[in-house]
Formats: sequence, C-alpha cells, structure tokens
Amino acid sequence: MYLTREEEKMYSGEYGPAVEKSMEILVALGDIYGADGMVEIVSAQISGVSYKTVGDVGLEYLEDLAGEGAQVVVPSTLNPAGVDLDQWKELGFPAEFTKKQLLIVEAYRKMGISTTCTCTPYLVGNVPPLGSHIAWSESSAVCYGNSVLGARTNREGGPGALSAAICGRTPNYGYHLDEGRVPHLLVEVETSLNGADYGALGYLVGKAVGNGIPYFKLVDEQQKKPQVNQLKALGAALASSGAVALFHMENTTPESPEAMPYTKNLEKLTVTREDVDDTRGKLSTSQKPDLVCLGCPHASLEEIKEVALKLDGKKLANQLWVCTSISVKAASDRMGYTRIIEEAGGHVVCDTCMVVAPIEYMGFKVIGVDSAKAANYVPSMCGLDVVFDEWENLIAIKK
Amino acid sequence: MTSHKIKCRKISRGHVTGSVIISQEPLSFLGGADPQTGNITDREHDLYQQNISGKILVIPSGKGSTVGSYVIFQMAKNKTAPLAIIALEAEPIIATGAIMASIPMVDQPEEDVLEILKEGDRVEVDADHGIIKLKK
Repeated sequence: MYLTREEEKMYSGEYGPAVEKSMEILVALGDIYGADGMVEIVSAQISGVSYKTVGDVGLEYLEDLAGEGAQVVVPSTLNPAGVDLDQWKELGFPAEFTKKQLLIVEAYRKMGISTTCTCTPYLVGNVPPLGSHIAWSESSAVCYGNSVLGARTNREGGPGALSAAICGRTPNYGYHLDEGRVPHLLVEVETSLNGADYGALGYLVGKAVGNGIPYFKLVDEQQKKPQVNQLKALGAALASSGAVALFHMENTTPESPEAMPYTKNLEKLTVTREDVDDTRGKLSTSQKPDLVCLGCPHASLEEIKEVALKLDGKKLANQLWVCTSISVKAASDRMGYTRIIEEAGGHVVCDTCMVVAPIEYMGFKVIGVDSAKAANYVPSMCGLDVVFDEWENLIAIKK
Repeated sequence: MTSHKIKCRKISRGHVTGSVIISQEPLSFLGGADPQTGNITDREHDLYQQNISGKILVIPSGKGSTVGSYVIFQMAKNKTAPLAIIALEAEPIIATGAIMASIPMVDQPEEDVLEILKEGDRVEVDADHGIIKLKK
C-alpha cells in the first residue's frame, strides 16, 4: 500500500507509540482489504464503549493508549455507554458496573473524544458533508452516514475507528470508492409505510440483501416522503438483520440519481403489506412489556415531543425509558418534555440504550420496543423477551 | 541444520522463534480462547482443551466478534498469548488484536503451511521481513 511521507513518519514511530500502533492497524486493515492507500477523514464515531461489550480488557487497552498520550485529530464522538452517565443511581444501574463504565469514558475523554455517547452522531453535530470520508463504527450510524448524508465510511470496528481518529486517515477501499456504492438489489415497496413499518421493512430487506446495497422505490401513492426519524429506523434495521452499510432511496437519498442507472438489470424484490405485517409479527417473542424502551437509534427531539404530548397529565402503568443523547436531552429539558415524561412516571435516559445497558440484571423480563433493531438484539444480547409494536400501543396508561 | 524459508506478508511486526501448534479450522478468540489460561475453550474446535500460550499459532483464518481483538490483547497482558500467529488469510479481528497485543503475525504464506508444518516444529517468524523459516 502507498503511504505518503507523513504517513510513513506515523508508521515508523516519529509521532510516538500511540500513533505508530494506530497506523500499523490501519496499514494491516488496508492490506487485508486491498486498499491502494489512505484517505484523510473529517469525522470519526467510535464503538467499544459499553463495559458490557469491551469489559476489563477494553478498559485496560484504552487506559494504556490514553496514558501513551494518544489524541484524536478529527471531530470524534462515542457510541452509547452501558449506563446513563449522570442519572445512573436514580435509574438503578449497578454501582460496580458504573464505576468501570465511567473509567472507560474517562479514557476516551483524555484522548480528546467528545463523550456524547450516542448512536446518532448526526443529531448532535457530528454531521460530515456529502462525499467526505469518515470512519464510523456504529452500524446504524454507518448506514445513515453513507445513505442519508452521502458521506463515505466502511463498517469500522472499534479499534479501527479509534486508530483512524488518531491518525486522521483510513484505508481507501470499499464504500470509500465510487464502485463500492453501486446497488445490488432493487426493492419495490407496494404498501405505504408508517411508524414501526420502517424498521420491519429494513429487517426483511436486510435479511434478503446481506451485506449488499439495496435501492428502494416507494411506489404506493399514499406514501409520504420519509424523513430523518423514518430513515434512521430503516437504516438501523437494515444494518442489524443484514450487514447493510448503504442504501439508496429514489427521490430521497443524495446518491440515488447516480445509482438509478444501475437498477435496470438488477434482481427485484417486491414488498407487500402482507410481507411487512408478517415481519412485524415475527419480531415479537412475548406480550405485555414491563419496560418500554424507545430511542433505538437514540430519539430525536421530535420523537421525545410526541411521547410527551401523549403523556401530558397522565400516569404510566408500565415503566418507560426514552433513550437519547445528552445533547437532545438538554433540549428536551428546556422544552419541558422531560418533566412531562417524568411526571407520568417515565424517564428520559441518556448515553445508553436497551441493547448495551445491563437491563437483564435490573429486574426486567419483557421489553417493549418500536425498533426492529432492538427487537433483533434484546433477546440475543440480554436474554429477555420483546414485544415489537408502535410505541403508542406499548405504553400502558393508568385508568 | 538446514532451514526451509517461506515468504509471507507482514501483518504485525516482530521476530521470534518457537514451536508451532496447528489448527485446520478458523478460530474465534471471543468465546473460543480462555484469556486466563490460554486454553482453547470452543468445543467445536480441533484445538479444544489445548493450550496456545507461548506457541506459534498456525490457523487458516479468524472469525467471530470484533471484541475478539481485545481478547488477544488480554492474553498478552496475562502472558497467555501465542508467541506469534501465522494465518493463511488474515482477517481484521485477529490482525487488529495481534497489533494491539504486539504479537508478530504474517499471512499469505507462499506454501501450504498447514501441510508442511507439523505440531512441535521449530519455526522462526520474521514478520518484519515477511519470512518464516522452518528449522529441521
């Protein structure tokens, strides 16, 4: 692989051991994937934050790296942690787990990474422009960044994204190249989509396309143009049932005009109402949730507003978490939404979510979700039952 | 003593000599290896219950979760890690783990090392120059 003189200096240790090791990881990844060289990146988003996933060894690695003086050189944000970093005690997160979690986040903070722990960096100001190269690792954010923003990233692992953030570069292969962004499957959706349908659609198409690139055409006349919240739900589901890093949607995503000519000879998948309903049914493993968890991916201010309007002056009969980032929560606090939700008995939880939090140790049995991604992971990662439905149907109001 | 040289590709730096342990199957370090002991714990794996600490591990490839990279690092901290890794084809998880743990690693050997090498053979892994030497 070709390295510039500057990159050679990084590789040979002139900038210290942290940069040297990071560059060595990037070169090895580039060699494995056949990259011709490096591209400079403008943004990083780093996974491997929850103590539940990286454990003591992850903590040790990060503390070593921070101790060597590693610093990121591009705007970088973190993936969700395993606890709400501020309200962990009130919400019942285990103290020992939290102690380790706070140390992990502190190691990242020392490296200059913003400790906004969120799977929706694009809602907190980490918004790279069309055509820019980035290194993101949260799978749903990768899908959103590539598809909706038109930035370019592979599905990075945690150490790969961190190395890229430290060197300001990533190997040039895959989704960084024009030829890596060509669609593989045409998906014609014949029914109009609402609410949790977007997740169900993503889940069934992700299974069909695997790690390929779907091109969506929404052909129903009643169909409204999907917006941020719908596209984030669709992308998250595509990336969890398959390994989708990029989708195109006609008249919606920025690269769909370039992608369209390639759809002429593609295999076509037609999705009907029956297909969507069938998938929705299959995603539930139980009924009657004791904890309803919304915000997978992390809720936007508009999504929190809808919940607040619904709960105003009412009392909840089951528990409710609306998961989001600290930035969106701050706006929700100021708008009065957090207070309304709390007065109804719910919580606006930040920094974490139902997948990476240790909810299996917090006394919950059945989790209600409106996210197909969460419905996919809660049984496998937490060993709990799930109910997948519209959030309005999941929350129970006291009579 | 003669030595049989085989060209490889460097994945992770370093230069060591040791005896080999050979697997015919891809290995996942997460769930597949015990970082406390260096034992292989995957019941489906052909190295099940064998110890890879301080050996030159020869495998076709890696597989499994990306957290596997951290497991290799943990093994190095615990001094239970393999001495070096020779893979037919490196994949990101073990490659990243080997670099994090400062374990020499090479891949794409020009000859079929799974055939040529036998358990316990003395091998020199010179990752820096992309060469392995079989000492007989």
